[in-house]
Amino acid sequence: MTVIANTLIVLTIVVGLLFTVVTVIGVLRLPDVYTRAHAASKSATLGVLSILVGTFFHFWLNEGYFSVRILLGILFLFITAPIGGHLMSRAAYFSGVKPTELTVGDDLAEVVERAKKEKQIN
Amino acid sequence: MAFQILLNFFIAVVWMFLSSSMTVTTFVIGYIIGLILLIMMRRFFTESLYFEWLWAAFKLTLLFIRELTLSNIDVLRVVLRPKLNIQPRIFALPTELKRDWEITLLSSLITLTPGTVVVHVSDDQKTLYVHAIDADDVQDAIDSIKNTFEKAIKEVSRP
Repeated sequence: MTVIANTLIVLTIVVGLLFTVVTVIGVLRLPDVYTRAHAASKSATLGVLSILVGTFFHFWLNEGYFSVRILLGILFLFITAPIGGHLMSRAAYFSGVKPTELTVGDDLAEVVERAKKEKQIN
Repeated sequence: MAFQILLNFFIAVVWMFLSSSMTVTTFVIGYIIGLILLIMMRRFFTESLYFEWLWAAFKLTLLFIRELTLSNIDVLRVVLRPKLNIQPRIFALPTELKRDWEITLLSSLITLTPGTVVVHVSDDQKTLYVHAIDADDVQDAIDSIKNTFEKAIKEVSRP
């Protein structure tokens, strides 16, 4: 029983660490703010999530303490992380940060242009 | 839906009074009896039964967890590939969802799907502008994923 518990804990924490490291590499390697938002908003979520799950299992199975706070933390992370990624990329777009040269298409640019023109007319 | 839950709760409390034992076990038995009564009386409700809604929400949660795992493996592959051959693109995605919380949920789900981040929701709330990390091979796959998400959210909101 202890062996199974410890395997579970080690596995989840190692997966979490792996994804956190991938997040860091992604933020360093990817060319612009939008592609970095991909790496940061996804891998960081699952990374921190699995570390929290590992901690939860450790305290539950080895110490006999059922921590509801860790579960609530997981829930809050699930709700807030994608919103954070969305807001940062949106703020970057509307303050005029250009996407990389690799970008092949942009449907949002014309909408923003039209909105600007309408504002000038009014 | 909230009315049905309240009714079920009320039946359980009445059952507790009838059997004059205020324990959790009695409450659970009363709740199950209330559930059976609700199923028997289902044609008097205008909405469908609340646990159908619960089941749809549960399915949506499972879908969410699966997509989160898949998208992480996807990002891992993109990041650790030796040559960075990505083609980012921002594309427009029309949506049929109306209410605010549905659109918020859809954009959260899209943000956590493989290779997509929502950048902007148009002012009339009919179009989502999505940044995709790889334009050519993801485009079709994404549209189908959107259909599954949109369908699941519709199932939750109007059962």
